[in-house]
Formats: sequence, C-alpha cells, structure tokens
Amino acid sequence: MDTPSGAGRPAAGPTARRGRPGLHPAVRYLGGRVLTAVVSLLAVMVTSFFLFRVLPGDPVAALTQGRSVSVDQLEAMRRDFGLDQPLPQQFVDYCLGMMTLDFGMSYQYRVPVSELIAERLGPTLLLAGTGTVIAAVLGLVLGTRSGWRRGSLMDRVDTGIALTLWSVPSFWLGLLLIVLLASGAGLFPTSGMSSPGVEGTFAVALDVAHHMVLPVATMVAVVYAQYMMIMRSSVLDEMGADYLTTARAKGLRDAVVLRRHAVPNALLPTVTLIFLNLGRVVSGVILIETVFAWPGLGSLFYSGLRVPDLPIVQALFVVFAGSVIIMNLLADLVYPLLDPRVRT
Amino acid sequence: MSAPADPARGSAAGGAPVLSTAGLQIAFSGRSGRAAARAVDGVDLEIGAGEIVALVGESGCGKSTLARALLGLVRPTAGAVSFHGRGLVYRPRDLKAFRRRVQLVLQDPTGALNPRHTVYDAVAEGRRIHTGSTADERDHVAEALSRAGLRPPERFFLRYPHELSGGQRQRVAIAGALILQPEVIVADEPVASLDASVRGEILQLLLRLRDDYGLAALVVTHDLGLAWNIADRAAVMYLGRVVETGTVEEVLAAPRHPYTRALLSVLPESSAGEQQILAGEPPDPTRIPAGCRFHVRCPVLASGAAQAAGVADRCRSEDPGMLGGSPGVAQVACHWAHAPEPEPAEWAGPG
Repeated sequence: MDTPSGAGRPAAGPTARRGRPGLHPAVRYLGGRVLTAVVSLLAVMVTSFFLFRVLPGDPVAALTQGRSVSVDQLEAMRRDFGLDQPLPQQFVDYCLGMMTLDFGMSYQYRVPVSELIAERLGPTLLLAGTGTVIAAVLGLVLGTRSGWRRGSLMDRVDTGIALTLWSVPSFWLGLLLIVLLASGAGLFPTSGMSSPGVEGTFAVALDVAHHMVLPVATMVAVVYAQYMMIMRSSVLDEMGADYLTTARAKGLRDAVVLRRHAVPNALLPTVTLIFLNLGRVVSGVILIETVFAWPGLGSLFYSGLRVPDLPIVQALFVVFAGSVIIMNLLADLVYPLLDPRVRT
Repeated sequence: MSAPADPARGSAAGGAPVLSTAGLQIAFSGRSGRAAARAVDGVDLEIGAGEIVALVGESGCGKSTLARALLGLVRPTAGAVSFHGRGLVYRPRDLKAFRRRVQLVLQDPTGALNPRHTVYDAVAEGRRIHTGSTADERDHVAEALSRAGLRPPERFFLRYPHELSGGQRQRVAIAGALILQPEVIVADEPVASLDASVRGEILQLLLRLRDDYGLAALVVTHDLGLAWNIADRAAVMYLGRVVETGTVEEVLAAPRHPYTRALLSVLPESSAGEQQILAGEPPDPTRIPAGCRFHVRCPVLASGAAQAAGVADRCRSEDPGMLGGSPGVAQVACHWAHAPEPEPAEWAGPG
C-alpha cells in the first residue's frame, strides 16, 4: 500500500506525483482519452470506406434495374457518383469530404446525405433514447432487487424472464406485437411515427407517443436484461464487501445499507455500460425501425444497404461508430467524478 | 440509553460481564442434502468491563462467526448472546440500540471502509445513524479521530481511504467505532492485514483505549503472540468450541490442552521443545468427530500418552463438554489433562 508510516500524519499529498512536469494529471488523463478517441474515429473512417466497397452489388446496376438504359447513361451515372475514378482517388475525395462533414449525395434520393441524416436523427433519438432510459431504469431496479435477494423465488423468476426476452430476436418480437396488438386487436398503429391530419402540439405529441408504444416496448423487452444482469452481478460483488458489515454493525438498517452503500458502488460498472449503450442508441434500433417503418437512421441505413447507396452507408457507419466512441469517451470522463479511486 | 463507558478499569475477575454468550450454537444449513456446518458449536464466553479477551484459533474454527454473532449480525441457532445480562432481541430497533454500545472492527480496513466515502463521512456515519446530524458533529468526528491517533484530525476529514496507509485506514475504522462511545469493541483480526511495523501501534491504541476509557474488547486472532501482548484472558477455539480458557499467562505459559500446546510449539521463539505439526485431516465443521472433537488429530492420543493415562477410550467416545465462560478459573476441555496422571507439568511456556 502506501507509506507504512502509520502514525498521525497524512501520506504524501498530491504534489508528489510522477509524470511529466508542468502537466496537470487531469489534463493528461483528458488528453490521453481524447487522443484515443480520435485515433479510433480515424480507423473507423478508413474501415467504412473499404468495408462497403468489398460488399457485392453495383449501385448503378441496382438503381437501373428493370429499366432499359444505354451504356452511355450508365457511364454518365458512374461519372456522376464519382465511381469512374480510380480507388485511391475515390478514397482521397472521401477523406476530404469527411473532414468537412460533406458526406456526398445519396445515389437514390439525390439529396446531400447530411440533410438526410439531420432529418432522420430526431426520430431515432426519440425512439432509442426513450427505450434506453426505460430499459436502464427497469434493469437497475430489477437487478438491484435480484442481487440483494439472490436465490429467492423473485430473483429466479425475474432473471428467467429477462434472459428469455434477451434471447428473443427483436424483429420477431416486433412482428408478433404488430400481429397481436396492432393489426389484431387494433390498439396501436402498425407502423410509422405519426398519423396524417393530426394538428395541435398536444395532439401531435399524443399521436407520436401512441406510435412509439410498440417499438419502445419491443426495444425495452429485448435490452433491459443486460442492464439487469450487470447491476445484479455488481450488487452481488458488493454484497460480500466488509464495509456493508461495518455499516450494519453501526446500526444501519438493511434497506439503508443497500441504498446508501451497496447501490452507489454497484452503479459504477453499470454506468459505463449505460454510456456505451447510449452510443448504440443511434445504431441499435435498425431492426426495430425497419419492422415498424420508423422514419429514423436505422431504416435509412437499411434502405441504403440494399442498393448499396455508398454515401449513405459510409456516413451512417461513421456516425454510428462515432457515437459509440464519443459516449465511451464521456464514460471515461464521467467515471472519475463518481469514483474517487480513479481520480488521479 | 447511552451508557458512558465505565472508566474504572475492571480486571479479569469480579463484576458482571458486559457481553457474554451461553451455549451459543450457529449452524449454516448445507446446500441440497449436504450436512449443516456447525461453525459455532456450544460456546460460553464472557467479556468483563474493561477487559481484553483474545479469541485464538486457526482459520475456519468459527471464531469470526462467533464475533459476528456477538454483534447480532448472525442469529444463533441455539443459545444466546447477552449484553449486561439481558439476552439480545433480534428486532431492528433493539439491535440498533445494542449496536450503539458494541462496535465492530474488521480485519481489512481497505474493505471495511466504503471507498467512496471520505474519512469524515465514514467516521460520522455511526453518529448520524443514532443521533442524526447535529451541529457539534464536526467536534465529535475530530475527537474520535484524535482518540484513534489521527492528529490533527482536520487534515483527514476530506481524504478518501485509498489515500491513506493501511495503519491509518485501520485507525479511521477504529475512530468510526469510537464515535459511538461503545463499551465493547469486537475486533476481528484487527492487525492481520497490516504491516508488522504498524501492528504494534494499533495494538498500543487498543490498550490505551482500555486504560483511558475503560473500553472492553474481544480480539479475534490466530496470532498467539498478539494475544500474549494485549489480552488479559485468552480462549482457544477449535472447531466451533472453546477448548481452553484462562488468563493469558495460564493459557499461553502453561497450556494444558494438546491443541494449545501444538499451536504454541510451532512459534519460532517457542521453548516447547520439538515442534508438533498437527497431522490428520483439517477440521471440517460439517463433520465434527464424535468424542473429543480434537481426537483425530490429537498428538497425545497418537503418541499413546492418553492410552497410558487410561483415557484413550473416553477421548474417542466421550465429548469433554463445553467450558464455562466465567473468568478467573482456568479451564480445559481435555480428558487427558484432567486425568490424574501423568501430570502434564514439564511444559515451559514462552516468555
């Protein structure tokens, strides 16, 4: 451990730290994390370019399928898309575009990709954000309960349900809900985000909420298990900790020991997971958006992938990966605020 | 409700015990058909006011379980824990009142302190539980810290456990117990995880607290030297039961139980002649042997000395029984030691 000078003086203060002189430890920590994130982002950019060119399928052929087009017209389209250039030249253009956030024109929609993304980002954030918040809260509450009463009937039932739902494919569950509750019972709309002809702020909000119920329910059902299992195992880890015994021996009631000592410490690993998932909020709902025809980034990606509409899929790939990287970075930055042991 | 610690230094004999157990048994039920583990299997123990009692035994003998039962953290299967002669009531409110007066110090201060609480919070917690936040809380925290030897206390308020040394952490843990002004401290291996250089300081601290504030203590340890240094009385525990008890001098300088002798003989500074390494299977609380629980590993029985004394059959078949916990009388649970002859007197203890 530290100095064995047990007596009444505190150990050497924060001044006696190793490292480059003149650079505050916090700045070094921050700088290191940001640098890592930037390098990851560059790697993602490069991967994105090549990944989708390796995919089979010719965009020009796909877009002109079933129509009689001349060779000249095909050539013109190729030139238009920049696909006539040699690969290295395409790569340079791609990189320069990325640097200026110019993702190019969509092949199929003929509008700038950045416009498409801006338009679709809101619905995705709404759907996935709501789903993630509900799943996280549900998972944390159930996981805490299960961990604290491990082996009880409640623990076994809750864990069993969560793991069953976790192993269900989200598109299947989504289709099932549509068949049962939307087209079957007629309780909810089958697809989309809004009904035509609805006006007024409140009515529109209510209408969107109504459309959200099934996709959000599908998403929550499938993902809450991971929050629950992480929280459960973190609580279990803390359960054996001596400081809980100390707190009990001081006269604290069990419920308060859980609330004041076990849960805050068990939350630490869970917070990291939540941040990683916030990054996946943008990308994680591709299947659900497709099944429910939700006008978000996920269904945009899906429609881009079918062509392949290279500018769209490239840009979205970078956006998806970038949001994971940025949230990861945020988790690294938030963690020291929560855990004094990581503070340097 | 709050009983100030009695400053009169009560010595071993005389006076009602502060904390005691009678016929205490704790069993942990086995999983699916396996036999229950009888961690504590009939213990009478008394701790008088201002007295330091060492509970000695190897790991797995049930001494930590006994310590936790003394705090009401584990409910006994049978028998009772009494505080000032009154049996513990396991209702939350009664336990809370009890825990104000009996405090626990654990082996590993790194684990015993919440890593996310500052020293101030860790020490103040006990007081907040029992009296709420008061205006003079700061003074009480400062006093507890300086009583635990952390001076000046203000310099430690905002530190986190990981910024302190092992010895300082243990002092913080002790301060957290002291702020409630308990009458008894149960210390479970309080120095086992500390550097040798710090051990003495922490033990000195326990002795000084006894002298200055009349604080009684039960020190659970596997270290006979430690028991010798700080305790008034010692109880040697084997497989859930106290097998020998008496003053430290009686137990450690003139041990009568073969188990105590074996423990002492392997100390490096021991003058007990040849070392006795205990053979046989290690003690398993799910399978406590019939007869004397030590007989399968007993060197006296193995060497034939018990046979010579004519007690070998009783060793194998007859339980020597529980020892009373009352101080003042040295007791041993051993047929051979009670046999009239041959006198086990040629023993020369350490020191």
